[in-house]
Amino acid sequence: MHALLFWVLAVIVGVCAIGVVVTQNIVRSATWLLFTLAGTAGLFFLLGADFVGATQLLVYVGGTLVLVVFGVMLTAQGPFINLKTSAVEWAVTTVVGFLLFGVLAVTLWSWHPEEQRRRQAMDRALVELSADPANPPATADIQKFIADHYGITIDKDQVELYRSVLAANANPLQTMNSAVLGESMLGLKQATPVSTLSGVNARNVPKRTQMAYLLPFEIVSVHLLVVLIGAAYLARAKRRRGAVVP
Amino acid sequence: MHQLADVLFQRGSQLAADFDLTRKLADVLSPLGLSSHRATQLAAALIAFLAVNILVGFVAASAVFFIWVERKVAGRIQDRLGPTRVGGKFGWLQTIADGVKLLVKEDIIPASADHVLFRLGPYIAFCGAFAAFLALPFGDGVVAFQMNIAVFYMLAVMSTEVFGIILAGYGSGSKWSLFGGMREAAQMVSYEVPMAICVLVPVIVAGSMDLTAIANRQAGGFWNWMIFNDPFTFCAFWTYFTCGTASCKRAPFDLAEAESELVAGFHTEYSGLRWSFFFMAEYGAMFAVSGIAVLLFLGGWNAGVFPGRTIALLGPILGNVVNVVVFVLKGWVLVFVMMWVRWTLPRLRIDQVMMTCLKYLLPISCALLLGVSMWQLMVHPQVRQVFKYLAAGGSVLATLLFTWRSAVSNQEPMGVVSDLWRHEGETSPRPTTGATN
Repeated sequence: MHALLFWVLAVIVGVCAIGVVVTQNIVRSATWLLFTLAGTAGLFFLLGADFVGATQLLVYVGGTLVLVVFGVMLTAQGPFINLKTSAVEWAVTTVVGFLLFGVLAVTLWSWHPEEQRRRQAMDRALVELSADPANPPATADIQKFIADHYGITIDKDQVELYRSVLAANANPLQTMNSAVLGESMLGLKQATPVSTLSGVNARNVPKRTQMAYLLPFEIVSVHLLVVLIGAAYLARAKRRRGAVVP
Repeated sequence: MHQLADVLFQRGSQLAADFDLTRKLADVLSPLGLSSHRATQLAAALIAFLAVNILVGFVAASAVFFIWVERKVAGRIQDRLGPTRVGGKFGWLQTIADGVKLLVKEDIIPASADHVLFRLGPYIAFCGAFAAFLALPFGDGVVAFQMNIAVFYMLAVMSTEVFGIILAGYGSGSKWSLFGGMREAAQMVSYEVPMAICVLVPVIVAGSMDLTAIANRQAGGFWNWMIFNDPFTFCAFWTYFTCGTASCKRAPFDLAEAESELVAGFHTEYSGLRWSFFFMAEYGAMFAVSGIAVLLFLGGWNAGVFPGRTIALLGPILGNVVNVVVFVLKGWVLVFVMMWVRWTLPRLRIDQVMMTCLKYLLPISCALLLGVSMWQLMVHPQVRQVFKYLAAGGSVLATLLFTWRSAVSNQEPMGVVSDLWRHEGETSPRPTTGATN
């Protein structure tokens, strides 16, 4: 079910993203973008990140896209109404697109390959061994399963840590909520439990779990506001010099 | 990642299986030869399908009802009767007749219209208005999908309706539609800001964005309602209601639909069923906005006369029925107020509409946000406790006073406030009909 929904949404996002690039009418391109962004919001909802999904809809669809369409619709003249891409442009953009995709894919799949494999092994072990919800599998069973199927030895406290993390996130409906986000913004709670992306193992993180994101968030928001005001000022209708005042 | 998500979903559907309905449905489906995992998933999908259908039915039936109510209310306010022929003395079936007419009307698409976008506009508008109902609780636990960011989700999804309006305005290929669509979009987008800030005011008091939790907090007597909690939430209700009326494009903010200004604005070129989609979207959005106002400010499904939560007092079945009925009636009352205001007040010009938002409602809502934060932090808790009883009592007294004075006096009304202080024999300065002074 989860896989089916994911593939439906992913196909929607992919096809609509291609549609953004392919259509020749600029307002239709914006409409394809609407469905792409809505599909991305759907993916966020599927992952249980309700807050991010709703923010995506509010900010991107309700704000950014409306602004884009206003700008496009009211200022599109001449060469911009009907966009025709030449064959050379198609060739160059296809090559660049595939290169970018390759870079992203390699980055995602080769970062900490050992850690990835260990996590994969533990996920698989938990899925296979958790037949009875009232009877969670013993640590030793998990270790044995992983050793048999993947040939990796994982020590006991790593398994315990991972399972405690999973138990904490067992019901995404209850734990992935805005209170957790707020607390992690203030630095009171760690939102991403097993964060090894920065190279720091979760066990070795000091008491104050991670930096409080609130101040950088506010600074970025004020920065955006300044940029908006600057853009509005730059785009104002300038009064001509020497204009006759009635 | 894939397997992790699988594990999470397993746990999630195990939780769903704890609720009896899913498990019972899964038991019913198990003779089909599916594993219990698949049966639970299928049961969850069927229940989701059922919930969505119930909501669509509710929205459509509400729209049918509201159109009839609108015509009757409009008639009565304009000193006439409204529909009286179709379906009996009160014109019950007028909307059905209108619906049939719209269905059989010719589907005209202008030659200069963008065919795809013209067709797409009404559906996007309707989906934006309808998807908000997924998180709207009709009773304690009577909700399609309980989210703990329910009110944020509803505001976010209703903001996607703007795009349908823009597409309709642009895709019609007519300058009236384009202007109407642009003005409409600017208005809806601008009014989202004070609306969201006003929604934040009771969220700060309640400490949660979950509409179920906020409404449960208002259980008990009507003095617990959020509107009486402090002066800032009281003002926030009226400000939110004004912003909600504007974001639903209802008068007095309906310039973009006005006949004297722009023929019919963004839906000039729409006829038949496509036009009715816009109106289902509008009435759906009206009920959604009213529903949020009821849940945030007016006690939600609590009738205000029971000493506790209705489910605890009356049992699960009767309690839920009472909750849903009370909530829907309150929502309908607020929609009726929107209609009342529409047919009473004159229309605002577009620059007045934008000025109201940016120069008045936005600073007011920011001040309310600041005020309620100060109230929560700095005012003595005893004062906070006492205030709500004073506010509730004061509101009841004021309502009784207005009603008594306007009911007792059989003179021509001068105006609501001046009526209260009218002396004996004092008449309004306006000339009365038929009398020669």
